Amino acid sequence: MKSVMKRLIGMIPVFIGVMLLIFVLLRVVPGDPVQVLLGEHYSQDTIDRLTKAMNLDKPVFEQFLLYLSGVFHGDLGMSYVMKKPVTSLIMEALPQTVILALMASTFAWFVGIGSGIIAAIKQNKAPDHIFMGFSLAGISVPVFMSALFLQYVFSFKLKLLPLSSDGSLKSLILPAIALGWNSAGSVARLTRSNLVDALQADYIDTAKAKGLTNRAVIFGHALRNSMLPVITLMAIQLSSMMSGAVVTESIFAIPGVGRLATNAIQTRDMPLLQGTVLLTTVMVIFGSLLADILYSVIDPRIRREA
Amino acid sequence: MEKTKKSTDHHNPGSSGAAAAAAADRKSADLSCEIKSYVGIRKKIRRMCRENPLAAVSAAVIVVMILMAVFAPLIAPYQEAEQDLMARLQGPSAAHIFGTDELGRDVFTRILYGARVSLMVGIIPSAITLVIGIFFGLLAGFHGGWVDYVIMRFVDVMLSFPTLLLCMVMMYVLGRYADSVLCIILSLSLINWAGTARVVRAQTLSLKETEYVEAARSIGVKRIRIMLRHILPNCIPSLIVLYTLSVPSSILSESTLSFLGIGVQPPAASWGLMVNQSKQFLFTMPWLALAPSLSIMLVVLAFNFLGDGLRDALDPYLESR
Repeated sequence: MKSVMKRLIGMIPVFIGVMLLIFVLLRVVPGDPVQVLLGEHYSQDTIDRLTKAMNLDKPVFEQFLLYLSGVFHGDLGMSYVMKKPVTSLIMEALPQTVILALMASTFAWFVGIGSGIIAAIKQNKAPDHIFMGFSLAGISVPVFMSALFLQYVFSFKLKLLPLSSDGSLKSLILPAIALGWNSAGSVARLTRSNLVDALQADYIDTAKAKGLTNRAVIFGHALRNSMLPVITLMAIQLSSMMSGAVVTESIFAIPGVGRLATNAIQTRDMPLLQGTVLLTTVMVIFGSLLADILYSVIDPRIRREA
Repeated sequence: MEKTKKSTDHHNPGSSGAAAAAAADRKSADLSCEIKSYVGIRKKIRRMCRENPLAAVSAAVIVVMILMAVFAPLIAPYQEAEQDLMARLQGPSAAHIFGTDELGRDVFTRILYGARVSLMVGIIPSAITLVIGIFFGLLAGFHGGWVDYVIMRFVDVMLSFPTLLLCMVMMYVLGRYADSVLCIILSLSLINWAGTARVVRAQTLSLKETEYVEAARSIGVKRIRIMLRHILPNCIPSLIVLYTLSVPSSILSESTLSFLGIGVQPPAASWGLMVNQSKQFLFTMPWLALAPSLSIMLVVLAFNFLGDGLRDALDPYLESR
């Protein structure tokens, strides 16, 4: 519990740093936000009023503090283009992205761990080479390529699954596979290398000498000990998954957070972009916190150390 | 040293303490035995080429690709943006071996010019990243204390962002000032250094405690000289591996940005942009998307295979991705 508290306190400077960086980047962008918000026809009076309302007349440092307090109150500003609070836009989009990421992770874990185990058991034999070849191909293929490939095969040729999202779970299957593909590759490689290491340990010989079946040795002894780093990988993957979601959502027309980010770029909608980046980054930070907690729950040695 | 490492690890959101510590332990064990049986980097690479044909072939593929990119104007049968509206959307033929796109431009020619962008965006930012990463990593690891704390928190901040999203923000910010390719190079350079800094710092922390650094310090060698002459050369094997593996990820970032329409701007050629432009013909003329897609895959795979081979040969304990 103590270590979790320590970890939480350690996160505070990182949070502030993230927000400072996003804020500074916003300040650098050319173009007066007031002008962007108002469009073409406006009077000087309106400009002054809006400048005051958006706190742009205050010193920059005070603006940052106001921005910080806004974020903590759940206020991410108004979208320039959609003229709605960014928070509500993101909240509408978030469920889609979360479901997509969950489905993609599930796919990545099943396929990744499964093929990693097979590759490790059949080390240096044909299945090992095939699965590892696939996993390297998995991490070498950009998300947009696997997405287009899946669309071509499963929607166009086989007509099994819908081409783009209609809100149903079924229409999220292809995007989830496309998104999970890369992670599956990394998970498979890590599972294999850890399991290969674990299988060489002395306790495996002991377990075999006890007369346990191969299955019991692998699943009961080796696998459990080799899964720890794979859990850490989960946290790292969350970040690349958020990047991938931007692409998948754009290809499959899913109204999620990634789509908001692409729209924000294309329409030069800074508050919206700022909000989406902040949200995804916070999700990544909490993801790694969760992984660390999970890690110490699973491995008692770490708990004692802390 | 052990203590400082533990306490800082608690603050790292990106890594988990135990794994990092374990890796560092193995690392230092590896270093101590390396002194006994020292084999030079060049010899190790030569050995890798003999024993790992896949890595050797990948290196050859990369060299051929670089040559093709450099000599693109000489090899290409057409001009980069030359349009032949009578010959739009043709399939592969003798005149156009990869066919033509919707404006009648030769796809093979555009692949060659796209290779220029991809390789440039892969190779240059990775090199800049390396320099920034070495600077901050050495500084943090060697100086320790508050310098280390501030730099490492900054690294944590950079590593918390999903790369693509931060890239998008950078493109947005820089987009008004510079050409799109330059923008991508700058954004990737300013974003990807954090991982390198972390590796260099970890190595500096363990190298700092070695006898030869202590010896150098006790005869009064300047700190900068210790860092550059005694510590940095020992990081080179991992840096070679890191560099080789960061090139493909930069190439992937560029192609993804261009695919989304916020990277390289038309009429310039980029593989990601070519996939984007052929997306609308995916179901009628899939070969259009195939050529740039396979190019991306080939170059990224080649760098990944080479990087894996180099890691096995030079630095087996560098954590795999």
